[in-house]
Amino acid sequence: MNIQRVPYICTQCTTQIIRTPLRRSQRHLLPQRVWQRHNSHFVQTDRPFRVAIVGSGPAGFYAAYRLLAKVDDAVVDMYEKLPVPFGLARYGVAPDHPEVKNCEEKFTEVAASPRFNFIGNIELGESLPLQTLKPHYDAILFAYGAPKDKELGIPGEKALRNVYSAREFVGWYNGLPEHRDLAPDLTAGESAVIVGQGNVALDVARILLSDVDTLRKTDIAEYAVDELVKSKIKRVHVVGRRGPMQAAFTIKELRELLQLPSVSFEPVRKELFPPEDVMASLPRAQKRLIQLLAKGSTNDPATSTKSWSLDFLLSPECLNWSPVHPYRLSHVKFSRNELDPSDPYISSAKVMPKHLSDGRRAEVNIHANTFFRSVGYKSLPLPGLEDIGVQFDTKRGVIPNDGFGRITSPVNTGANEPLPDGSIISHLPGLYCAGWAKRGPTGVIATTMTDAFTTADAVAADWSGHRGKGSLLNGPGHSSGLGWEGVRPEAEKRGLRATTWQDWEHIDAAERERGQQLGKTRAKFGRVAEMLEVVN
Amino acid sequence: MSLWKDSFLNLRHAVPRTVSGDRICRTQSKRFLTYSSQNSRLIAQNSIPLQTRKSTSSICQQRSWNGFKTGRRDFSATAGVRHGHITPPKPGEEINVSFLDKDGEKYDFQVSEGDNLLDIAQANDLEMEGACGGSCACSTCHVIVEDPDAFDKMEEPSDDENDMLDLAFGLTETSRLGCQVIMNKDLDGLVVRLPSMTRNLQASDFEPKK
Repeated sequence: MNIQRVPYICTQCTTQIIRTPLRRSQRHLLPQRVWQRHNSHFVQTDRPFRVAIVGSGPAGFYAAYRLLAKVDDAVVDMYEKLPVPFGLARYGVAPDHPEVKNCEEKFTEVAASPRFNFIGNIELGESLPLQTLKPHYDAILFAYGAPKDKELGIPGEKALRNVYSAREFVGWYNGLPEHRDLAPDLTAGESAVIVGQGNVALDVARILLSDVDTLRKTDIAEYAVDELVKSKIKRVHVVGRRGPMQAAFTIKELRELLQLPSVSFEPVRKELFPPEDVMASLPRAQKRLIQLLAKGSTNDPATSTKSWSLDFLLSPECLNWSPVHPYRLSHVKFSRNELDPSDPYISSAKVMPKHLSDGRRAEVNIHANTFFRSVGYKSLPLPGLEDIGVQFDTKRGVIPNDGFGRITSPVNTGANEPLPDGSIISHLPGLYCAGWAKRGPTGVIATTMTDAFTTADAVAADWSGHRGKGSLLNGPGHSSGLGWEGVRPEAEKRGLRATTWQDWEHIDAAERERGQQLGKTRAKFGRVAEMLEVVN
Repeated sequence: MSLWKDSFLNLRHAVPRTVSGDRICRTQSKRFLTYSSQNSRLIAQNSIPLQTRKSTSSICQQRSWNGFKTGRRDFSATAGVRHGHITPPKPGEEINVSFLDKDGEKYDFQVSEGDNLLDIAQANDLEMEGACGGSCACSTCHVIVEDPDAFDKMEEPSDDENDMLDLAFGLTETSRLGCQVIMNKDLDGLVVRLPSMTRNLQASDFEPKK
């Protein structure tokens, strides 16, 4: 191997250190195998296993964590579009859930490993083609999540005022640079309608209904607090297509909303709940959720300042503007649904349109001044994925994979392997995925952790089976093994300024300091330029 | 060919903070760190001569090594100390607790009153995650109490804990969150099982999502 290719080595330092033997008292700090290697003239012929992870959210970090733990010689380079790490842990988790963000401590520990490099402010596929990475890595793991959200496809949805995507709204109040300029108008009137009944919808409802002074102390963006103070919203409808048994939110988020002080909850109609015998046979989680929903809130509507409701079995049809004020949203028209009577209480139950006795569709208008759509996130193919042989599954919104995170080719262009049942699975060697890009935008951090561990285990298993045979990703002689060192000249040629983990530490410290002055844990920088100003 | 790889490892070992802070590759060191302040002092003493060596080589490293940011290690060393802190039991007041890992292997520990299962597991390098740092906001420290009678002896899980357990994989009748089970004398001899951190694939994983 040509010494020119070797990254990270300063010959002056290495000679200095090689001459200094390891003290006996320090041996216990090292695994025995390494210690023996250090003290014998063991010849290590292979080079580190270079892995690129695309995306620095929980999926990327948990995969890195597991991989570094499982593969002694793995060196991970983590690429991130923004100058700062943590993805949705930083920009998706609600500001009033600081305990959920504690996972960042673990990620910080992972980043402290000398075998980990953070490469921020590099948007792969956009500012730097994926192709430039391929020759320098042994494996690439995609954990870039779900950067868009699903649309309803109803008239009026694309309006510029008073109609927002919940994903953008969440990004906005969390200080995501992409949505810094969303400037939602919360002063149009008292009524807000959220379509969708997942946890994002409940997060949005909670932010709209919470006391601003409680939020002020969190790491919520200051500009968001300024807008929320002006908010006139007092009534929030969270509307779903199906019934309570099919709702996607989890019990913690529901309980929080039901416990908000001075916020009342409109009780759910009793006929929507399953009868006693069905209730008794429900799985524990679902039973507890329905029981809580039936119990509702103890807050008296008469003394509460704000209120909310869960409106079931309604599909949005169109948004309507006021005839007097053509720029003001006035109401949303919904058509009523009914659950498939054959099995209305299973979580996968289907709905059908409800018709009136004269055959017309049953409809209802809900007064709305502000509208949010919250019907799920959507993963997109990273530009250039097809150049490295990956065919994104647009129908399922995921990167096709074997469930363990190995990317597969639907058209059998990869390495074909027969499965025990006789079918053929076509792997693309060295390409992996984890998190929402792998299994779609559902689940909590624990789900993503389990999933990222599964992928990392697959990477580790493939590498151990392949050891000594060169790169997983590239054919023999086509892999430099340089990692970021090999990619950097390309990035510099394009005038990109990559941020390091140290840069993030500086930004982090600056944000905490700003936060301290404002009496909060952190005051995030809302623009990329502001972040880079700290480190330049 | 082997030179640089070898020196790569050597460089890693030469920096004490790396070794003590890097819990990922050096699980051994974590156990060392988390026990008591006495041990921490030992680490500090050990690190002095090596620290000097680090500073002499750091200029070179900064020039030619992008990946090795020596400065960041101080940051992680504190995090390592903070997690999984348990108090060593006083003689005669030890409480026995056993963990069964996903392969069925049993690990027995003697712990003191007031420690929780998550901290005990982490201090002893068992495979248990506490994504939310033990604040009952995730389900990653899910454990299964082996003996239903022992489960009944425990205090009822709170609503918050049950809400999180509802999201745990492989939930059972005797599931608890490790961070919420605080050891006391009544729980002497407790045996808990750690569910697998990775999930077996299910048919639903391959179904098209709407």
